[in-house]
Amino acid sequence: MTPLLQVKGIEKRYGARIGCRDVSFDLYPGEVMGIVGESGSGKSTLLNCLVGHLEPDAGQVIFDTRADGPVDTVTMSEPDRRMLGRTDWAFVHQHARDGLRMSVSAGGNIGERLMAVGSRHYGQIRGQALDWLGRVEIAESRVDDRPSAFSGGMQQRLQIARNLVTGPRLVFMDEPTGGLDVSVQARLLDLLRGLVREMGLSAIIVTHDLAVVRLLADRLMVMKDGEVVEAGLTDQVLDDPQHAYTQLLVSSVLQV
Amino acid sequence: MNEYNFAYLDEQTKRMIRRAILKALAVPGYQVPFASREMPMPYGWGTGGVQVSAATLTPDDVFKVIDQGADDTTNAVSIRKFFEKTAGVATTEETGKATIIQTRHRIPEARLRADQILVYQVPIPEPLRFLEPRETETRKMHSLQEYGLMHVKLYEDISQHGAISTAYAYPVRVADRYVMDPSPIPKFDNPKLEMDAIQLFGAGREQRIYALPPHTRVVSLDFEDYPFEASKADHACNLCGAEDSYLDEVITDDAGNRMFVCSDTDYCRSRREAGHQGRLAQEGTA
Amino acid sequence: MIELTDVSKSFILHNQGGAVIPVMAGASLRVGAGECVALTGASGAGKSTLMRVIYGNYLAASGQVRVGGLDVARGQPREILQLRRETLGYVSQFLRVVPRVPTLDVVAEPLLALGVDRQAARSRASALLRRLNIPENLWGLSPTTFSGGEQQRVNIARGFAHDYPALLLDEPTASLDAENRETVLSLIDEAKARGAAIVGIFHDAEARDRVCDRAVDVSRFAPERMK
Repeated sequence: MTPLLQVKGIEKRYGARIGCRDVSFDLYPGEVMGIVGESGSGKSTLLNCLVGHLEPDAGQVIFDTRADGPVDTVTMSEPDRRMLGRTDWAFVHQHARDGLRMSVSAGGNIGERLMAVGSRHYGQIRGQALDWLGRVEIAESRVDDRPSAFSGGMQQRLQIARNLVTGPRLVFMDEPTGGLDVSVQARLLDLLRGLVREMGLSAIIVTHDLAVVRLLADRLMVMKDGEVVEAGLTDQVLDDPQHAYTQLLVSSVLQV
Repeated sequence: MNEYNFAYLDEQTKRMIRRAILKALAVPGYQVPFASREMPMPYGWGTGGVQVSAATLTPDDVFKVIDQGADDTTNAVSIRKFFEKTAGVATTEETGKATIIQTRHRIPEARLRADQILVYQVPIPEPLRFLEPRETETRKMHSLQEYGLMHVKLYEDISQHGAISTAYAYPVRVADRYVMDPSPIPKFDNPKLEMDAIQLFGAGREQRIYALPPHTRVVSLDFEDYPFEASKADHACNLCGAEDSYLDEVITDDAGNRMFVCSDTDYCRSRREAGHQGRLAQEGTA
Repeated sequence: MIELTDVSKSFILHNQGGAVIPVMAGASLRVGAGECVALTGASGAGKSTLMRVIYGNYLAASGQVRVGGLDVARGQPREILQLRRETLGYVSQFLRVVPRVPTLDVVAEPLLALGVDRQAARSRASALLRRLNIPENLWGLSPTTFSGGEQQRVNIARGFAHDYPALLLDEPTASLDAENRETVLSLIDEAKARGAAIVGIFHDAEARDRVCDRAVDVSRFAPERMK
């Protein structure tokens, strides 16, 4: 089986300071990988390098494209990479405001990616928007409301619908549950789990919340000071951490 | 007369503007940046159009200015007088006699010829601006032809009003490449954008010039199930009886009476002179 | 089906001065198809640790842990996950579920993960829940609010939803009444009859004697220090 994503030796420096260094892994279709670490550990830098928001100083991010097979997205032309960003890739921001158009209705937000890839039938676009509102548990009657009238949890679910409507194969998530109430988080996680399974999505989730990765991720990568210190099966890394930093991280979680 | 260089602007500036115009004609629909000058009128009064006209005028030209179709509004009269004074060119109100027509928000009803130039005054040249405020991003979207966002605007129209309610500045795709704002002309005029004359668009405050060479393919954006419609008020002109012209609605008294008249004053006048009469022709001319 | 060769396990506590705590050494174990092996030994002897090593939840320090052809000690995460989906079931002592998911779906989930259609998965889940006496009016609720005994039965139903060729059972009959205990024992018998290799921990000696073919005392695997 060809990995969906092969990451090889990614390095990003900010002057003399290291953002992340020597990060390599393969992600297979249907796999969900968590990246954990404290603030400043380089996990967000890594995510931004993977998704093309930052240009890495070294390394490859090879994606198995539908048309041409594995292609290095770092050296890919920008139009192609942006097209990937609208079709096979999705990016869920921590703050829904960064991922939504706040002045456009919920339906328009969901429909944008469809229109971006050439959909020109209003009825079909609206039908899909309504279908997706249902899938992310937002009442259909809200389709013409702007996201500014939505709660934080609803905004985040809308952002997810907006991203998944074109049936991407790889979803990047940056702290998708950050800033939400615990009860709202649980609902969102449950929703994401279901969608990941139904759509056979692969996902990379950056978070500092170990409970989130335990529920969502098959695999875990632990980062510290820009480097991966431990990687493996999520429950194994959390229940039997090998590296000193991971042990510290796991033992620091407050028990409820 | 000797106080001014021909057509107010100095020759270097006109040369700079002409270069921008030529580039704009070479890349239809593409917004060419230019170093817009201070003009002796406020922004929003046609500073972009005036600079394009100034760079285009020759002493032999016959100049016409319309503001929403009319030759007799303050804006139109001022600009006409401006060039009468600074360029000494002949001016006219007759569309057929003009060689350069500067317009604010209308295309004349009479079919323009290959030896004419239509100069538009443009307030906001960027069609993507209302949805994407970042200039860096809209430029990238143009260069990569990422125009899905334009349809989001039309989607919003339909979802809120049941139909595409955008009635002016209706976005078009030029020569299957750039999406362009045709300036705030009514969408009734959109089909006329494919014409024999050269069309130049000048945005003074935003410092952009763009153009449509003659016979350029111009398609108004729409949805398969909500096709573009060039709509107008469903009446005939009360003065000249024309049923094919774009109409202004005029409230005539406090009792709610109103009349519809051609927005193109020259078109209406020439029809009346040819003997056509509308329902209220007597009172209208009185 | 399950074959451990010279497996050792130790914990290194980096944050406590790098203390090394060896907990298991030289563990070897073979469980064939249709066989049920009980792990015995005093509390703390390492029964659960061994079971977690087999499941891949704890990382073996050395040795081989082969389950259905895969060395769990060295497998890639996706290989271990595939093994857990298709081959190796685990009934732990505690139910760990996502809040909000109804009981019926909790039990059906292992089947859904295998691609079984929703209808078939739910009907299999219903049959198990019925057999384990979970009242039907609770099936639509999340098990997080259930009593300990009910949660344990939901956990067992989930563990038996798919016919795994290999099963790990950690105290499956604890906190069950006589009738439900009987049901669980017959589920184990049925699994053995279809050829499942089972490793179990049973404090309930009577249950152990009934379903297990032999017992392995894990104190045999205690490292030198602990003996």
